[in-house]
Amino acid sequence: DAAFIRYHRLIFPDHTADNLSVSAGHASVNAESVWGVLRGLETFSQLVYQDDFGTHFVNRTDIEDSTQFQYRGLLLDTSRHYLPVPVILKTLDAMAYSKFNVFHWHIVDDPSFPYQSRTFPNLSNKGAFHPVSHVYTQSDVKRVISYARMRGIRVLPEFDSPGHTNFWGRGQSDVDSLLQKRHPSGTFGPVNPALPSTYQFMASLFKEVASVSTFFTVCFCRKSNPHIRAFMQKVGFGVDLPKLDAFYMERIVNITSALNKTSIVWQDVFDYLNIHRRIWRTMIMDFMVEVWKHGCYLCEVRRLTKAELRVILATPWYLDQPGPTHNWARYYVVEQKKLVTGWGVNLWGEYVDASNLAPRLCDERQTSSVERAFPRLQDFRCKLLRRGIQAEPLYVGHMQT
Amino acid sequence: MCNCVSRLSTHRAVGAGKREDQTQTDTQQKEPELVAGPSQYGSLWPLPQKVHISDVSFKLSSSNFQITDAKESSAGPSCNLLQSAYRRYYEYVFVGPKNQKRGRDQPAGPSEVTELQVWITSPDSDCDSFPTESSDESYELSVDQPVAVLKAPKVWGALHGLETFSQLVYEDEFGAKTINSTVISDFPRFAHRGVLLDSSRHFIPVKVILANLETMAMNKFNIFHWHIVDDSSFPYLSQTFPQLSEKVRNRDGYRIRYFLRYRPNSIVPTEHRFTSFETVPRFGIHVTFPPPPPNRKSNPDIQKFMEQQGFGQDFTKLESFYIQRLLDIVTTTQKGYMIWQEVFDNGVKLKPDTLIHVWKGNQQSYQREMANITSAGYRTLLSSPWYLNRIAYGQDWQAIYKADPQDFKGTDDQKKLVIGGEACLWGEFVDATNLTPRLWPRACAVAERLWSAKEVTDTNDAFNRLAVHRCRLVERGIPAQPLYTSYCPREYKGI
Repeated sequence: DAAFIRYHRLIFPDHTADNLSVSAGHASVNAESVWGVLRGLETFSQLVYQDDFGTHFVNRTDIEDSTQFQYRGLLLDTSRHYLPVPVILKTLDAMAYSKFNVFHWHIVDDPSFPYQSRTFPNLSNKGAFHPVSHVYTQSDVKRVISYARMRGIRVLPEFDSPGHTNFWGRGQSDVDSLLQKRHPSGTFGPVNPALPSTYQFMASLFKEVASVSTFFTVCFCRKSNPHIRAFMQKVGFGVDLPKLDAFYMERIVNITSALNKTSIVWQDVFDYLNIHRRIWRTMIMDFMVEVWKHGCYLCEVRRLTKAELRVILATPWYLDQPGPTHNWARYYVVEQKKLVTGWGVNLWGEYVDASNLAPRLCDERQTSSVERAFPRLQDFRCKLLRRGIQAEPLYVGHMQT
Repeated sequence: MCNCVSRLSTHRAVGAGKREDQTQTDTQQKEPELVAGPSQYGSLWPLPQKVHISDVSFKLSSSNFQITDAKESSAGPSCNLLQSAYRRYYEYVFVGPKNQKRGRDQPAGPSEVTELQVWITSPDSDCDSFPTESSDESYELSVDQPVAVLKAPKVWGALHGLETFSQLVYEDEFGAKTINSTVISDFPRFAHRGVLLDSSRHFIPVKVILANLETMAMNKFNIFHWHIVDDSSFPYLSQTFPQLSEKVRNRDGYRIRYFLRYRPNSIVPTEHRFTSFETVPRFGIHVTFPPPPPNRKSNPDIQKFMEQQGFGQDFTKLESFYIQRLLDIVTTTQKGYMIWQEVFDNGVKLKPDTLIHVWKGNQQSYQREMANITSAGYRTLLSSPWYLNRIAYGQDWQAIYKADPQDFKGTDDQKKLVIGGEACLWGEFVDATNLTPRLWPRACAVAERLWSAKEVTDTNDAFNRLAVHRCRLVERGIPAQPLYTSYCPREYKGI
């Protein structure tokens, strides 16, 4: 119902429901699930056009549509810069118009911890840029998730560990002891895999996040220190760091499985364990891998699919790297094969916040033949503008109104 | 004092601010690190020539503060330019809810500034004129209690001084508006400090141009170089040649029809005319003469003409002829004019007072070009390192900041011929959706290079001031993009 109202407004922005008359014919959208209907409504809204007098037209059309990839994601980074909730919601709108279905919410990281945790409130009290104005409350997160669901979008909040946890220590005195002081100057992170309390903390935090959202990802980055080394001696890993990594990884993946969730890991995990194959073989790998590094990323995809792991490809679509707009063409021709579950468009936040997010994101680099696509893309960009999304220009030109 | 500076590093940033002490946190870095912390100059941008900020602080109350004309000032209530500036800057200073008016008889608190008096010292304040290249933009500001005084020979200096005053105000930990006792004496290093916007590749709504003009004023720019027409479109509604464009306003906005394409053999100058706007002065004409399109060379009419004139096959002679006629036309309008560097490079004969705009090449080539132009006795402007339409990943403001227009091999007299520079934002990939974030705060780096003293080169200090200045732009409703990982107490709200 909400979708019907929404699309009605998008198609007929100037009209109210009462003075609308339709001549001849009817249209129907058939789909197996509501998610298909949502996509069909969007397509329908793109078929409608107006002539110079303002009359709305739609041509007789037959469309059969389905998606090649289950995971079509967008990453936003709210740790480098806090993004106000309305900005996130607007992005979800733009995603729906482009048929994205996953919002990968890189919610916390080294620079700040804006997620307001019920269980560990000090994480954001001390870790956010500002404990009141620059946090996402539980209800903020729920709101984003519900707004996304109404548009057929899943939300994946991401919590990296054991590295990228600089600010966790500031907020949590137990986490303090979990974190290793790297320098006397007082930096913190990564979390200490040697302490059982680490895992208790992680379990509690993830449990809370899981209750708020259906999915989340963990990253895995780690460094070493004397406490770690002592622990390793104790449990018989010797000096074999990969064993420790596997140990940590397994514990985390176990936590997430116990919550009935699937983990997604960055390719670093796989790359690392791949080098230490003897460890890797003993682990049960039940996670998805996101490929993001440059170089022969297709080689990486091949390796992963050969290891029967599901893949999300992100490398070609790093939108935080700007370039003249017509480079959007380079995003358009990448081959994928079967186990590749999908692709992710990543907009890291070092140089991006609410002031420049929309034009940089809606750069239309996310849509296969480049020449044929250009006129359609220009048209789509104009549609986005009319719907209030600040999509940047592709090249010289102008819009009607 | 500054509560939104953040630390620059490749992998992690620590929010320095009122919740933390100012310990420098350190991590292993791949690139040189800028260390954040409050600057001794607060958030002043661009940095004044002479400034001393003491530790003594005063409060400001929105219900008890006024900007007034000094008794001795040569400008008064009839000077609209100043009166509207007072209103504008009052709003900037007291962003946010204002107090109810206090009782009139209540005296000022012991450490309260209740008045900023503006004193135009020259008998002719210039209030009703347009600024020119030789206008006096200097001012002196002294912040004391209960009255602060802003002295300037002309209104132009007063406008700059008001901006500086507004930059000295900050919030203490209770949110009270505070300002320290300060003495400033300021004037610009270069007289021509401009921003170029291109409204031909993409139409820019007037609203957007005005918002950017305000931002230029906040950064003490004084030239708006409006590249109004070009090949792509001719949005300028000419009274003499109305058929050049048709602008039809309907209830949905402007509808632009392309009408005229550049025709090589018709004398239609791609003229740029500046609108008068009280905070951004200057009125002139810039003539562009892009390289001739290929079809001109084969046009039989042109061939015949060249034979008649005795040019033979030498197209540079034709260029010379054309540009000369054009410049003669422009001279009759009694406006100043400037040209892009190609005209000089192609050896066209130029009048001695021509201003030449350098825009091509890497550092080596533009430095060489500046040297050549000034040794030939012409005045010059620099834009080459300041083509803001060229974007890159990372903090490219630093390279922009380091470029200096007088940095070339030449005599002092030659260097005096450099009258300033311009930040250019060409419009191939820019329109109202992304113009403002792309222009600011990178253009701020150009602003300081052109206003402040030559020795102001410390990028660390610049970063600390610029980060807060950028948040101030955001607070004033300008979507200036971030320098790096950071936050502003009041983030940008418009989407």
